[in-house]
Order: sequence, then structure tokens, then C-alpha cells
Amino acid sequence: MTKSRRSLLGAVVMAALWLVCAGASAAGPAQGDRVLIKDFMFSPMALTTKVGGEVTWVNQDDEPHTVVSDTGLFRSGALDTGNSYTFKFDKPGTYHVFCSMHPQMTATIVVE
Amino acid sequence: MTDDQTLRGRRNALKCMAYGGAGTLFALSGGLLTPVDLAVAADAKADISRLGKPLFVQISDTHIGFAKDANPDVNGTLTRAIDLVNGMEEQPALVIHTGDITHLSKAEEFDLAQQMFSKLRTTELHTTPGEHDTADPTVTEYFSRFGKASQNRGYYSFDHAGVHFVCLINVLQFKAGGLGTLGAEQLAWVMADLQARSSSTPIVVFAHMPLWTIYEPWGWGTGDASQLLDQLRRFGSVTVLNGHIHQIVQKVEGNMTFHTARSTAYPQPVAGTAAGPGPLKVPAEQLASRLGISSVSVVRHPRSLALNDVTLGSV
Repeated sequence: MTKSRRSLLGAVVMAALWLVCAGASAAGPAQGDRVLIKDFMFSPMALTTKVGGEVTWVNQDDEPHTVVSDTGLFRSGALDTGNSYTFKFDKPGTYHVFCSMHPQMTATIVVE
Repeated sequence: MTDDQTLRGRRNALKCMAYGGAGTLFALSGGLLTPVDLAVAADAKADISRLGKPLFVQISDTHIGFAKDANPDVNGTLTRAIDLVNGMEEQPALVIHTGDITHLSKAEEFDLAQQMFSKLRTTELHTTPGEHDTADPTVTEYFSRFGKASQNRGYYSFDHAGVHFVCLINVLQFKAGGLGTLGAEQLAWVMADLQARSSSTPIVVFAHMPLWTIYEPWGWGTGDASQLLDQLRRFGSVTVLNGHIHQIVQKVEGNMTFHTARSTAYPQPVAGTAAGPGPLKVPAEQLASRLGISSVSVVRHPRSLALNDVTLGSV
């Protein structure tokens, strides 16, 4: 392999590694927002994100929860402790979610 | 039940709440309520024989799939509950499960639960789902197995031994809110269903979430239940059986007795004593006395029903 090809290959490998690492990270603005489900609450209860942004809900309670959009747009299954659910918001608007198992738990996501 | 206890029951209608614990008697609109603690097997046999011929047994909140600290072996405690029922000298005519059969609405959890229920000597099983049973995205796992009796609507009624049983569903939440929901369609159906019944017919209503408000901040209640209760008030004997809260809470109002059952899986905190109604870990030696089933017998056929709570004890 020539010197220039080796350095090009090296650059491609580095770029690939960087992409893999970025994809694997659970949090950070590049990957979307995280909502914790804890003590029978969504935390934060209000969140603003951009069109195309992903929101990931992570259940940290001992009790399972679900994440359900009140328009029926999306519906996670039962999330046990440690399980998560991600939804990508393609359209702007205000979205209300609740837990179908404990419907007193509510939250709002504003997509701009 | 001795004659003396039955007479006391007829004379006094006390409004009491009963939690676990041993042998306290409460009167119940002409019947009898006895929480039975099975701490010692020998005593247990005597207590069970006092129950008389059970009309049905209520099992609730089996949560197959749960495997955390509060009870790492819910299959084992359900087996003990089933053994307890199977060990009754006279078998109940039917078994009613008031919901949260599974913990996460998973297919394998439902399959295992059905396998375990098939060990009951009593073959007639009626169920209503809990919110843990209707959490799968398409809400089909429960109905594909247990939906036939209600044509997948979740509500239906049937008669047995002169008693009219009404099965209701109050866990299908289509919007945010605090409490369980019956919905206009189901309420209209109940109205029509009850209209034909004479007021002297004993009525048993069962649903997962409490049909009266026990503790609103934790969602322990049903928002539109008042319309249901209005329909029930004219009857001479109404027994409302619920689950969901994993502890016994009871209310007597005129001829209506409201009763929530223990779980066979794990206890929950008393209202307001924790951040939320999650699983409550208790010392291992106390667990069995916090879990149990309820047995309902006809005391003065066909007029009234007697309800007995039985714990798994510490055997």
C-alpha cells in the first residue's frame, strides 16, 4: 500500500471509529434528549427539541411504565427498570405524553 | 363460621377497614369478614374449614414476570396460593382473578400464568385485566387469551347460584388523567344489564382498579364510577371486588361492600407513605402474611355473601 493510501485508509478508519463512538453514546445533544422516569414522574416534565430530534425515555423506577402519545402517534411497550424507548419527532408541534399504566404521569414535548 | 358470629353480623353493620393480621371479626351487611392468618398450618386447617362452602375465590395481582427484591419468586408464591385453594375441603365453584395477571404484558408471562392456573382444581376462571396486562403496544396479549368471554370488550356478566356477576374493565386509559376509567359505552351496557335484575338478586361486581376513591394522588380510584354506583344502590346485596393496590382496604356503604384484595406477588405501601405505589420490600419472614386470596361464601342463601381473606402465612 502506498503512503498516501495508508494515510487515507487511516483517516477513513478514524472517521468510522468516531461515527461508531458517537452513535453508541447514550446522551448528548448530537443524539437527542433523555427523559428519566423516576418516582412516578417524567423528568423533565417539559422539553423542547428540534424537528428530527430524538427523545429517549429511560425507566429508573422499580415499577414498569409506558410512554404513550395522547394522539396515538406512538406507544412504547411496558418498560421495565432500565429499559428505554426512543421516538424521533419529524414534525413540529406540541406533544403530550402520559403513562398508560399510571395516567397521572404526564409530560410535554415541544418540537420546533 | 359459628351461629353466634352470624347473629352478631346480622345485628351490626359496622364500617371498618381490615388490614392483614390475625383473627379480627367484622360484620358485613349480614355476612362475615374474617382475615385469616395462616401462620401455623394446623390452625390454618381449622380456619379454612370455618369458611364453609366457598362460592368463589378471588385471586389478584399475580404479576408473573416480576423478579425484584420485594419478591424474587412470584411463581412460587402463586403456586402456594393455588395449593391453598386446591387444599380447601370444599372447592369453590369458580375463581375470579381481578387483574395484573402478568407484570409486563409479555407473551411468555401470559403463557406461564395460564399454565399455572390450569393447576387449579376449579376449572371455571373469570378474569379482568390490570394495567400491567394491557401495556403491550397493540393491547392484544391479554385479549387473545382471555378476551373470549367478553368478545374482546373486557366487560360481561354471568349468573351462578342465583348471584349475578358483573365483570368490568377500567384500565384502558386513552388519555392522561388520574384514575381508572369505565367509559360511556361500558356504563350504558351496565345500565341495560342491571335493569332486568330484581333488587333481591345478590350482585358481585369485579374490576381491577378500585371502584371507589381510596387515594387519588396514586390513581387509586375510578373517575366515572359514581354512575355505576348509582345503578347498584337499589340492590339488597352488592359486593364490589377490586385489586390493584396489593393490600386490603374495605368500605361498607348501605348494602354495598367494597373490598380490595391482597396480591399473591408483593405488597405495596399504605396510601401516601412512599413516593409512589411501587413494590414494597418487607422482611422475608413477613412476606407470606402480606400475600393472600379471598374466599366468598353464601351465608344466608340467597340473600347475602360472606367474605374471608386468607394469607399465605409464614409456613
